[in-house]
Amino acid sequence: MLKMENVSKTYQHRGQTVTALNNATVHIPRGDFVSVVGPSGSGKSTLLLMLGGMLSPSEGRILMEDQSVYDMIPSDRARLRREKVGFVFQTFNLVTYLSALENVQIPLFLANMDEKAQEERAVALLERVGLGDRLHHKPCELSVGQQQRVALARMLANDPAVILADEPTGNLDPETSRQIIGFLEEFNGEGRTIVMVTHDPRAARRAKRLLKLADGAIVSENVVDVSEKLAQDKEDALDAA
Amino acid sequence: MRLRTLVLREIFERKSQLFTSFLAILLGITVIVSIKNITHFSEGAIAQEMDSLGANILVLPKSASLQEYYSADLQSETIPEEYVAQLAMSDLAGIDNVSPKLSVPVQIREKTFTLTGILPTNEFQAKKAWGGAGILSRPVGCGNSVGMMESDDKKTLSRKKIISTLEENEVLVGSEVAAYLGLKDADAAEADSPEADSSKAASPEPASLELLGKKFTVTAVLPSTGTVDDSRIFAHLHTVQDLAKKGPVVNAIEIIGCCHEISDGLVGKLNSLLPDAKVITVSQIVQSQQRINGMMSNLSLMFLVIIVFVGGASIANYMYANVFERRREIGTLMALGADSRLVLKVFLLKALLLGGAGGIGGYILGSILAMVLGPQLAGIRVWPMWELAIAAMVISIGLTLVASFFPARRAARLDPCATFQEI
Repeated sequence: MLKMENVSKTYQHRGQTVTALNNATVHIPRGDFVSVVGPSGSGKSTLLLMLGGMLSPSEGRILMEDQSVYDMIPSDRARLRREKVGFVFQTFNLVTYLSALENVQIPLFLANMDEKAQEERAVALLERVGLGDRLHHKPCELSVGQQQRVALARMLANDPAVILADEPTGNLDPETSRQIIGFLEEFNGEGRTIVMVTHDPRAARRAKRLLKLADGAIVSENVVDVSEKLAQDKEDALDAA
Repeated sequence: MRLRTLVLREIFERKSQLFTSFLAILLGITVIVSIKNITHFSEGAIAQEMDSLGANILVLPKSASLQEYYSADLQSETIPEEYVAQLAMSDLAGIDNVSPKLSVPVQIREKTFTLTGILPTNEFQAKKAWGGAGILSRPVGCGNSVGMMESDDKKTLSRKKIISTLEENEVLVGSEVAAYLGLKDADAAEADSPEADSSKAASPEPASLELLGKKFTVTAVLPSTGTVDDSRIFAHLHTVQDLAKKGPVVNAIEIIGCCHEISDGLVGKLNSLLPDAKVITVSQIVQSQQRINGMMSNLSLMFLVIIVFVGGASIANYMYANVFERRREIGTLMALGADSRLVLKVFLLKALLLGGAGGIGGYILGSILAMVLGPQLAGIRVWPMWELAIAAMVISIGLTLVASFFPARRAARLDPCATFQEI
């Protein structure tokens, strides 16, 4: 589904060359759920942006369904994001002056769906994340957990095959974090591929695979142990109780 | 959700920030519309005033000077009366009235007066050949002949230099001549001098006068004008030509031209039409009209320049700030699949709506202001002009679009990575 082949990213900062990602090669098959962990500045978000077609690499290739993302013209790349990729942000990135319903309608509007169909789908998605009674609330009238759920509904709007989540639980309390991770697991269960950048080890252990980055390089790539995953589930259940 | 919804929601969400920029464009358009509106009606009023001052173009023989014309208009040189027909049949716009004159000296008792032959307007109408083209078929609207063609009041000659009818044996006398002859009033005037050969006081018969061997009826005594006309006696042009034995000629043709057309080169066109005559303008009248019009135009232009710079800078500044403030939102839209073109559209549509609202609001306010201030400042009645609505919209929308283009382009080229916490 997603491939990075010898990808490096460097940029200039005050006359110095900074390497954000160094010769990274990753293969993420369809339906995978990968957690990307590492200290701040290790290149996690750079990796995520590159996978999402938002940041071109200095070297190497990125492929989505065997198509080289950065060999496309910008408008085709925008179409690819619109049709196949769903982003989830740490700070939710909801449009502040739009209601929850209108925020979820944005990807549908970008896909040229007619207004009635937009509204019907947005209502269904908000009901799915438990916000059917908050359709016309603006982000500032919602709790942070509710805001992230609106962002999840918006991310799902165009039925993306790939979900790229940048610290989706970074601003949330443990209970809400568990809810959000639960939603991501649910989406993964539907066959969507998920790449999640996180600092939270508990959230990271809920994925199928763990990718560790340090100083722009992939230092380890492990499958999450099933027993470890079960232990985490149990711990989460106890916390919830 | 539509593009319009997205833009309108943002405008109303952050209306306080938008207010100053909107105010700048609104006030700018208001000022331009009100000045232009008042200027338009003021120019019209001034042009009418100027036109009513009398002839502003003279057609004279080649050798004659304006000084000679004003001193006595009795120069020996003449031009063919046929020129009048040529003028009347030409398609030149802006000729409001044509008045040919032939003047000869006449002795009454010990004093010499001027007998001036003029052509009443019904002479023009009588010439069927002139009916299909020329001044009678053209709409008139700038000068003093408006509404005068049908008037049969002989006194209009003194005020408007136009007379509609004048028979071959009729004369009109200037106030000085009338005083000398002891004539008192217009059509029913009586003369008490022997030379006047008038009827007596009790008789209702009009006074009569013998000039160059021909007997005339005095049909009107003209009011005093304080000009050389007070010492004139006016008779039909063809009668004076017969008495002077000069044939179908005139000393001068006075033309009332619309000031606007004179500014646009009417004199040059007349020179081309009548190459053997001298065509001159009474320059002071035309120049003062042009000066006032020019001043008004310059004032409007000055305000337009100020608006373009102040309003444009204000809008550009606001738009740059808006783009900076919304860069996370722009990045989010791009992450969700918006391309650069859509981002450009978001900002340009906002500029379009801002400009449209400024244009409409400015036109309405400016028109109201002009209607209120017009009578007070310029003493004229002012009405809204639809042409200004179009101009206001074009200026306002054009200005906001141009001022917003670079900020919008910056937004469209924004690095979407700004949406993420770290890079």
